[in-house]
Amino acid sequence: MEVYGYRLPKAAALLVWILLWEIVGQYELLLLFPPFSEVILALPQVLGTASFLEAGRITLVSYLTGLGLAIVVGVALGLFMGLVKRADQVVNMWVNIFLSAPLSALVPVIMILFGMGVPTVIVTVFMFAVWIIALDTRAGVLHTSPSLMEMATSFGASRWQRLRIILLSALPEILAGIRLGVIRGVKGVVIGQLLVSIIGVGALFSLYSQNFLMTHFWALILILFFFALGLAELVDRLEARVEYYAGSRT
Amino acid sequence: MNMTRQTADPASARPVSPAIIEVDGINKVYAGDVVALKDIHLEFNRGELTSLLGPSGCGKTTLLKIIAGLLEPNSGEVRVNGQPVSGPGRERAFVFQDFALMPWATVLRNAAFGLEVQGMAKAEREDRARHYISEVGLEGFEEKYPHELSGGMRQRVGLARALAVDADVLMMDEPFSAVDEQTRRKFQEDLIRLREIEKKTFILVTHSIEEAVYLSDRIVMLSPRPGRVSQIVTPKIDRHGDPEAIRRNTEYLDLIDEIWANLKGYVE
Repeated sequence: MEVYGYRLPKAAALLVWILLWEIVGQYELLLLFPPFSEVILALPQVLGTASFLEAGRITLVSYLTGLGLAIVVGVALGLFMGLVKRADQVVNMWVNIFLSAPLSALVPVIMILFGMGVPTVIVTVFMFAVWIIALDTRAGVLHTSPSLMEMATSFGASRWQRLRIILLSALPEILAGIRLGVIRGVKGVVIGQLLVSIIGVGALFSLYSQNFLMTHFWALILILFFFALGLAELVDRLEARVEYYAGSRT
Repeated sequence: MNMTRQTADPASARPVSPAIIEVDGINKVYAGDVVALKDIHLEFNRGELTSLLGPSGCGKTTLLKIIAGLLEPNSGEVRVNGQPVSGPGRERAFVFQDFALMPWATVLRNAAFGLEVQGMAKAEREDRARHYISEVGLEGFEEKYPHELSGGMRQRVGLARALAVDADVLMMDEPFSAVDEQTRRKFQEDLIRLREIEKKTFILVTHSIEEAVYLSDRIVMLSPRPGRVSQIVTPKIDRHGDPEAIRRNTEYLDLIDEIWANLKGYVE
């Protein structure tokens, strides 16, 4: 967008909403919305507390563990689905069901199985992220050029060398899946902790909302927002580099 | 005769026939009952360039892929140097119609791929790949990626990759069909020059009569549905000297007309 010849960054659109938020807050129109400026001022307070650091640590550990598991299992499952037609026919429907199912409803079940702690959160992150990674990996594997595989066969490539070629040629799709998994994983870690609600940011959310510390509540939401966007941006950059090499897939 | 010269081939102590590849009674039926190839008997002579020529649907690419070991025939046998084969082998290398380059790898790595899967050490295989990259006229492009090259240049990489493994037989599946006319002509001329340096057996699949006559020592014409050998022609064209002169050669022009008259019947 350009205003009087100046190029505005895309984020400028947010300014309008922030302004609206500030007005609503200043005039105390809605109880739930403290002024945006106060939320910003609360940010360092939230970031500085020991309980936030502890919550952040638990969140990060369970997020990264769950996501790591999801990437390993998702890529393996997708590869399996893409390579073995019979397996694909059996598994595909289930993967699609889990992908579109309201997973939040499953969290109580997970809680019964894994207890009221970090394992439940890890499994929740895993469940949120793994299916899209598997499906995208599958798509990438099926997208592998048949003539590239014939080429590998004709030069006598071994099974492992061919598998490597399949993985490399599916890499753009795999990374797209991981990027979506990264974002879904953040949902998973927040929803998991909210439902368990005695650990991590979930506990903080309960604490803030029960004591009606709305500025702190919103500050925490902002932090999570930036965390998710930052991660997605990171994978995005990686993807752009891979796309560059995969630019001419025919 | 030239048989005595060919016994110098280190691979064989047994008597060597002029045929490096024998195709014996090949039948191929695709899913359903599409007969792609019916009872094909052919011999490909050492050091010659043989074209498989025919309209689309005559099974010429299928035949080439069966010889390459990429497809299984329903019956019949392919023999290389007298030995039956049932899969790809080091004595045969393939050049693909759509180039089949790895988009994530540089020209150098692509050209060295065949040597890489054979387990050759990195420095050695890169040396050899560099040699063939310059032989096909791509010197200076070693570190480029396929998408930075034109179609013709990509096919040159495919050719360098096939040359680098030093196979006896080079099989080319419509190698020039995906590049533009000017590039194709230049490529054809370079191929004639290349044949003088690399004494190899070539099998070329093409649907272009001009291309087949221009390049081949022997043209095998296939007719469609079911694919079978309809005629074999051996052009007697002197290809020494100026490659452009061949295109004005009367022998060349007459043969093109003759083959076209023959094939016309199969084109609807």
